[in-house]
Amino acid sequence: MSKHRIVIEPGTENSNYWKDLWNYRGLFYFLAWRDILVRYKQTVIGVLWSVLKPLLTIFVMWFFGWLFHSEVPQGVSRVLLVCTATLPWQFFSSSFSEASGSLVANSNLLTKVYFPRLIVPASTVIVCLIDFFISFLILVVIMIFTQFVPDWRILWLPLFLLLALVTAMGTGLYIAALNVKYRDFRYIIPFIVQFGLYVSPIAFSSSAIYNNPSLPQFVKFIYSLNPMVGVIDGFRWCILGGSTTLYIPGFLMSIGITVMFLFVGIWYFRRMEKSFADVI
Amino acid sequence: MSDTIITVEHLSKSYILRHQNAERYTAMRDVITNKAKALINPKSQNNKPTSETFWALNDISFEIKQGDRVGIIGRNGAGKSTLLKVLSRIVTPTKGRITIDGRVASLLEVGTGFHPELTGRENVFLNGSILGMTKSEIQKKFDEIVAFAEVEKFLDTPVKRYSSGMYVRLAFAVAAHLEPEILIVDEVLAVGDAEFQKKCLGKMEDISGDGRTVLFVSHNMGAINTLCNNAILLNKGTIQAMGNTQKITAMYFNGTNSGEGEFIIGKNSSDEKVIVEKVTLKDRNGKIQNTFQFGDSITAEVELNALENFDNPYVWIAIRNDKGPITNASGLLDGYRTSRFSKGKNTIKCTFINAPLLPSQYTIYMGIRASDGVEALTDSKDVAVFSVNTVLSEVGMNKTIADTVAVDTVSPIIPYRWEFNDGKQYTFDIKNYIK
Repeated sequence: MSKHRIVIEPGTENSNYWKDLWNYRGLFYFLAWRDILVRYKQTVIGVLWSVLKPLLTIFVMWFFGWLFHSEVPQGVSRVLLVCTATLPWQFFSSSFSEASGSLVANSNLLTKVYFPRLIVPASTVIVCLIDFFISFLILVVIMIFTQFVPDWRILWLPLFLLLALVTAMGTGLYIAALNVKYRDFRYIIPFIVQFGLYVSPIAFSSSAIYNNPSLPQFVKFIYSLNPMVGVIDGFRWCILGGSTTLYIPGFLMSIGITVMFLFVGIWYFRRMEKSFADVI
Repeated sequence: MSDTIITVEHLSKSYILRHQNAERYTAMRDVITNKAKALINPKSQNNKPTSETFWALNDISFEIKQGDRVGIIGRNGAGKSTLLKVLSRIVTPTKGRITIDGRVASLLEVGTGFHPELTGRENVFLNGSILGMTKSEIQKKFDEIVAFAEVEKFLDTPVKRYSSGMYVRLAFAVAAHLEPEILIVDEVLAVGDAEFQKKCLGKMEDISGDGRTVLFVSHNMGAINTLCNNAILLNKGTIQAMGNTQKITAMYFNGTNSGEGEFIIGKNSSDEKVIVEKVTLKDRNGKIQNTFQFGDSITAEVELNALENFDNPYVWIAIRNDKGPITNASGLLDGYRTSRFSKGKNTIKCTFINAPLLPSQYTIYMGIRASDGVEALTDSKDVAVFSVNTVLSEVGMNKTIADTVAVDTVSPIIPYRWEFNDGKQYTFDIKNYIK
């Protein structure tokens, strides 16, 4: 009988938190499944939207890169350079904004049922992950057209995808918890996403920053603080291979920042979690 | 090993009420400006208190044994829903400690997480998992759920195209097939038609029959009396009384009794457009009473507060016991109604003439609907309680047999007379129609 003993007290940490999270994995699947089902109901072209959005972004970014003659590594076409950055960027930006808004969007669940709240933002990321895999087909098609064959380094790709996921989750959790209390953050989210698009190496390559002699050192340092720089550089290093190089100090900085975001995100989320139902 | 399944010790829950910036949520703008103000003029903050602490639950302790069916009753704002939310782990308590030995499923709302775009089939799975069922459990019970809800034909239709009745039936069906050790149910039976309500109550009786523990909040004293063996009466966040259900439900009514036979009701939920303020029971001499004899005429005088003008509203008043309705006086059946409730105070009276009621405890259950006969202007609820204490043998009955008679009919078998606020009167006697 006591195998399900639950003690409810104010202020104490739930020692079974991670076990609870595991026990509620069924709900995690179902919420993700719901989001996927609902996503393209009553749409004309349905899943094509997951292709159209990155495709248009790739085109625009390619155009600006071409217009400003941004540097392209040897043996790589510009469209491939843009594509390898757009896909992880779109994955990050959609996961981040979906996760950030997820608690408020599911407020009816939060006030009526108990479950580890971490499930809600986590399940939204799954939908974005599926979108990412669909849009990955674009990359494959471009590779076929430009007759580009990636080398063994592509095997590292899942690692960088994980890095993008962790970045999105860490920041998303933090903003999601803040959004419950301060609704200002729903205005900040689109701003962060838009700003990030400009300061991340999407239309250009990171070497244009790191190898630019006219840029002072602290600008390069600030640039490398953006965790998406590490993710995108990693994607390019995996896929484009050959002449692209990974700027190791910058990359390690990205990983460090990402891990910090994740810990701060989870810590803040868990601290606020108990009062969600009261303040939402 | 004791068979205590829930232990609540000194439980309190407080909320901060904000008076000035009474916005639904905090904006960081306000936090920043307030902090800035405090910096410039530290005293300005202390002048007028902008918040006060409200204790929704205040030092509550009780124990529930395995297999108990406990009704939780009390006026609006007594803390019933907060208690259920704390027990369901949705909100954390401010003080105190709760120990629960078993799997808890709580049903605080019908159809939590239902998504309008999804089909009935998809929503059963989604809702089931939200309520804590595993996929295989749902699959095993799927046919049973669908049969209970009577929506077989519409399984692959998005629920946004369902009628509200179908929606509620499907939602309740999922919840009714939960198999936790402890089931926590908030007032969810107030929705759905009478027949379905009865079916749900039956289902809940089955559940508790299996030795499971049920905590049940309702304003329907009949349902509490039928379903629960124990009851807790909450009042302003504290336990006023607990124990035998019949005793506690009687106290619930008497607690608001300014004199015997007078019942102060007040607002039940925020969407009520007509508020039943006070109900007074009188005998044929106009004397205020809550104890009647077999064959007495019983007048229920209802004071209403209409929040706006309503033309041609329907009123129905029923007498019920713990088995269900005995008789009713219903404008929806006889077609008689007042021409209007004008904004503000209105009084209506309904007299059950020479009511041949058997000795028992009864409640007056009433509702008001708009001129379309559909929109509820007030929540249907029990508003008064009275007892009939005639000795059965005095009215020519054999007590041992009469006690086992199931009195369960909604036909207006007792003649009654309406006296409306506009001065109109109608008398209705179904016997006049016997040819």
